[in-house]
This record gives sequence, C-alpha cells and structure tokens, in this order.
Amino acid sequence: MNELQKRYPEDVAAILKKYPPEFRRSAIMPLLYLAQRQDGHVSGRSVTDIAELTGLSTTDVTSVVGFYTLFHAEAGGRYRIQVCTDLPCALRGADDFLALLQKELGISVGETTPDGMFTIEEVKCLAACHRAPMFQVQGDGDITYHEHQTVESAMQVLKGLRQQAQKSGKEAA
Amino acid sequence: MSQYLLLRHRELPDLDKLSGYRAQGGFETFKKAVNDMSPAEVLTTVKESGLRGRGGAGFPTGLKWGFIPNNLWPHYVVANADESEPGTFKDREILENNSFQFLEGLMLASFAIQANVAYIYLRGEYWQLAKQLDRQIAELEEAGLLGKDLFGSDYSLNLYTHLGAGAYICGEETALLESIEGKLGQPRLRPPFPAVAGLYGKPTVINNVETLANVPLIIANGAAWYRSFGTEKSPGTKVFSLSGNVVNPGNYELPLGTTFRELIYTHGGGIPHGRKIKAIMAAGASSTIIPASEEALDTPMDYEEPQARFNAPLGSASVIVMDETVNMAWLVSKTVNFFKHESCGKCTPCREGTFWMNRISHRLVSGNGSSADIDLLDHVAHQIQGKCLCALGEFSTMAVISGVEHFRPDFETLVGN
Ligand SMILES: Cc1cc2nc3c(=O)[nH]c(=O)nc-3n(C[C@H](O)[C@H](O)[C@H](O)COP(=O)(O)O)c2cc1C
Ligand code: SF4
Ligand code: FES
Repeated sequence: MNELQKRYPEDVAAILKKYPPEFRRSAIMPLLYLAQRQDGHVSGRSVTDIAELTGLSTTDVTSVVGFYTLFHAEAGGRYRIQVCTDLPCALRGADDFLALLQKELGISVGETTPDGMFTIEEVKCLAACHRAPMFQVQGDGDITYHEHQTVESAMQVLKGLRQQAQKSGKEAA
Repeated sequence: MSQYLLLRHRELPDLDKLSGYRAQGGFETFKKAVNDMSPAEVLTTVKESGLRGRGGAGFPTGLKWGFIPNNLWPHYVVANADESEPGTFKDREILENNSFQFLEGLMLASFAIQANVAYIYLRGEYWQLAKQLDRQIAELEEAGLLGKDLFGSDYSLNLYTHLGAGAYICGEETALLESIEGKLGQPRLRPPFPAVAGLYGKPTVINNVETLANVPLIIANGAAWYRSFGTEKSPGTKVFSLSGNVVNPGNYELPLGTTFRELIYTHGGGIPHGRKIKAIMAAGASSTIIPASEEALDTPMDYEEPQARFNAPLGSASVIVMDETVNMAWLVSKTVNFFKHESCGKCTPCREGTFWMNRISHRLVSGNGSSADIDLLDHVAHQIQGKCLCALGEFSTMAVISGVEHFRPDFETLVGN
C-alpha cells in the first residue's frame, strides 16, 4: 500500500493533475515536498512510495533528493535555520550574525540543538539581500523568511517556534 | 506620466488583489487579444517594442517567440521565477505585489504562441509565493479568465506552478526544463534549442518574470509608447536590485541607460559611514568587478555600454556596491564558493575548476597562501573559459579574472612572506 497516497490522497491527486499523464515523473519534486511535510526529511519508505507513483526506480528518486538542497535524506532539527552568508548579505554583516547565532545556540553549522529543535545551516542567496542579515526557517512543511535580523530578534523567532512546536505537540497528543 | 511600469503597486497598493488590478484595466488587454487580435499581431507588437529578456541575456523577446514552429504541437510557455543570482530580488517584489500583471503577461505570451498550458517555475524558497500564485490562478479560473474556451473563443489556457528546491543552476533554462521533467537540474546540450524541443520535447518559450510583466503594457499602449523609455537598443525600464555597501539597498525601477551614479547616489543614498566607493558588480556574483572610477560611475546601465567599456554585461542588473574597506580577494572567495556549491557537476572544467578556485581563494583569505597561488587562481579561471556546457562555468571566472587584474594588491596583502 502506498502510504504517501494513503496519508495525503487529495494532495497526491492534485499534484499528478498538473502534468501530462505520460510524464508522471514531473511529479517527483512536489511529491518529495509532500513526503517531507510530516517529519522534515524524506524517509526510505517515502522514496519507495514516490518511485511507485512516478514510475521511476528508487535510485532515480534518491538522486533527485541528493541534487537539491531543500530535500533532506537525513533527519535534522525540527526547524532548519538557514542563514544566508552570500556576498551581498556578507557585505552587510551576515558572517558576524551567523557567528553570534552559533554561539548563542551553542552549536555550529550543521549541528542540531540537543532538544532536536534547531539545526543551523549556511545557505546561498535567498533574494533578500537588501534586508540582511536574514535567514529562512524550513520546517513543519513550510518555509518562512525572517529579515532585518539581529541575534536578539532571531532568538525571539526561535522562541516562537519552540512554543509553536510545543502547542502542536500537545494537540497531536 | 507615472514613474512605474513594473513596480506600479508602489503607487497603487490594491494591485495585489484581483479587483484592484481589474479596476486599473487589468486583464482587459488579454481579453482584447483573445477576442480581437491574432496571435501574430501580439507577437509583432512585442517584436516592435524592442523588449529584451530581463533574465540576464537580454535576448529580444519577440524574436524568441517567433522561433516557435507552427508544425510541431503542443507549445509551452515557462516563466522563469528561479531568481537565484546573488544580489537579485526584483522578481520577488513583482510576484509579491504585482503578480497579476506578471500573470497577464504570461497569458499574453501563451496566446501569442498558442500554448494551452504554461508553467511557472519558482525557486523552492518562494514557497509562500507559490501558494499565493496558486490561489490567484484559482481566482482567475473562477472569474473565467483562465480555463476552457475563453470568452467564447476556442482558445483555452491553464497555468501551473512548479517549485524548485534550492539549485541556482535550475535558473538556466534547459536545466529548468529538466527539473520540471523530474530529472536532475542539469543543462542540456544545444541544439536542439527549447524553441524546437523544450519541455517534454515540445516547442517552448522560456521568459523571465520581469520580461513577462512588461507585456500587458506593451500590448495595451503600443510599441512606440514603450520605446519612449530607455535607449534605442535597450528600450523600456528595468528593475535594478541594489545591494551591498549603500545607504538604501532595494529595488529601483529606472529607464535602461540610467547611470550607475544615479542609481547608487541619487536613489541608493550613496555609501554609508562617509566611506569611498571602491568597486561595482552589475550582474550579481556573475559580474566582472568594475573599479568605481568616475568613468564607471557615469556609464549608462543598458545592454551595451557596461559590456563595451568594461567587459561587464548587465545581466540581471543586480548591482552590488563595495566600499573601500572590502578586500577583493575576500570578495572573490565568496563568489567562487557560491559557484563551487552551485556547479551541477556535469562538465569537468566547471566542476573541477570551481573546486580548485574555491580551495585556492580560501587558502589565500585564511592567510596560508603564497603569491604563486594568485597566479594559479587566475590560471585556473582562464582554463575554465570557453570549455563549459553552460554559462555558469564562464560566470564563475568573471570576478576572479577581473579581481586579479584590477585589484592584485588586495590579494598580495594576504600573502605572508
Ligand atoms: C547559471 C544560470 C542561471 C540563470 N538564472 C536565471 C534566473 O534565476 N532567472 C532567469 O530569469 N533567468 C536565469 N538565467 C537565464 C535563463 O537561462 C534564460 O536566458 C532566461 O530565463 C530567458 O528569459 P528572458 O529572455 O526573458 O530573459 C540563468 C542562466 C544561467 C546560465
Ligand atoms: S558549466 Fe558547470 S553548471 Fe554548467 S553544465 Fe557544466 S558543470 Fe553544470
Ligand atoms: S545574499 Fe543573502 S539574500 Fe541575497
């Protein structure tokens, strides 16, 4: 049984409808986003499900996951804090911002806080160069921008995310 | 006359609602085109307007549409909203605030080449924007502006969004097509060109968001009107994304041919902290670094002059400004790191070359380099040139070669001896 389809029947149908029936392969990226919605990365099970839905091999699906930076094969923090340190942001203090944020959270780029909440990642330009320093948050099946940041304001954003996670945790229980 | 053709929402805040856009005559042009114009008439007007692609290459839009053959069907239009060149954030503002004008442009382009399906490829980070566009497309369907047999004609059109997932190379048009097809985002060998064998092997027009946003006004007001903005060879206005060491970074819509000086000083407020300007990049990380001489500042920003004077194409017009405190070797280490990260790995000179340029420049910036490394860096860049499948390879060398050429002392101060 295809679990992805079972869990999100309407989403899967809507995705497949976007592309010509003979090119189901096109659905792979939207299906990967769908697979990540639940727990932030693409599980082996989802790879099999997507291969079945698109008529591809699991190797094909895995290589697509590996090619794009917003698809994750490995579990990370619930929220990925993706700080842009590309040239225009760096000219406006992004490197210092990232250094301070790592210190504040007590983890380095690529690491996850012990409570499993946050992973810090360093990313390339996010088209917000005029509002640096900035970061985006990937998690809970969403991507949101946070611009004009200081370490203080960033910690506030993280605090809000922690509360959001607790609330949805309670609701689920 | 209003100051804005593309960023009209700055004066008309309701433009982001369908009712607000329609109150300004929105979608009347599309309706008129479908009801009263032939596809060829739409195409001819765009051709005569002299509109050039805003995605980077400046290719004449009408000419591109004219390449679509009429004996191969179906046709597709793909809007390029991948916007990932460092320093570029113009399409984002159009999509956030004036998306209906962009959508109408996409619809007119589709009508002009008689495509019944068009895709909008957005970079994955434009997640919220894709959701917004999905809602707006549904609104247009409900209003009878998209769908089957529009306005009682036999022309049908549907639009779909497709999200990328974090890969600069997918902005390159053939990599973008591969990505929509569910493959790795790696450029295709050309020929065949997308106009003949594009999406799903069918004739396809690919245009940038900003390019398409110009089209409704061109069809509504005519080619001669459009040519009253900009220069003879580069007509129209352009949204310049200004970033880096300036007082007021942001988007500025100005006629093509406006000087760097006017953008940076009159609109951008000049350089903060009373510092001096040192260098300009006109096309994001893919730029030649231009030393900020008086002559450079007085250069008109169009598709001809920066290229002719400084070998510095305007590209996506993402103007990054550096003040006197910025070391250009550090800057180069940032740009080559970007390209190393974004090389799709398909061809060896680009994959290996960006790897080595990144390693050498990192060595220099961390104080572990030698003066031989400066020449090596320059040498590797020259080795890449002319040997790559797509323009990314070339882009990766621009800042390196111009940086070493014009700012060698910046590299030398990092070399301990
Ligand atoms: C590496 C690379 C990245 C590109 N990124 C973009 C992009 O993000 N957006 C865009 O519109 N064009 C981008 N382009 C240019 C496209 O290949 C293509 O020329 C353009 O979308 C055509 O539309 P236009 O004629 O309206 O400019 C890129 C090209 C290269 C080589
Ligand atoms: S030049 Fe670079 S990005 Fe372009 S196809 Fe070759 S390896 Fe890929
Ligand atoms: S460089 Fe950071 S958003 Fe553009």
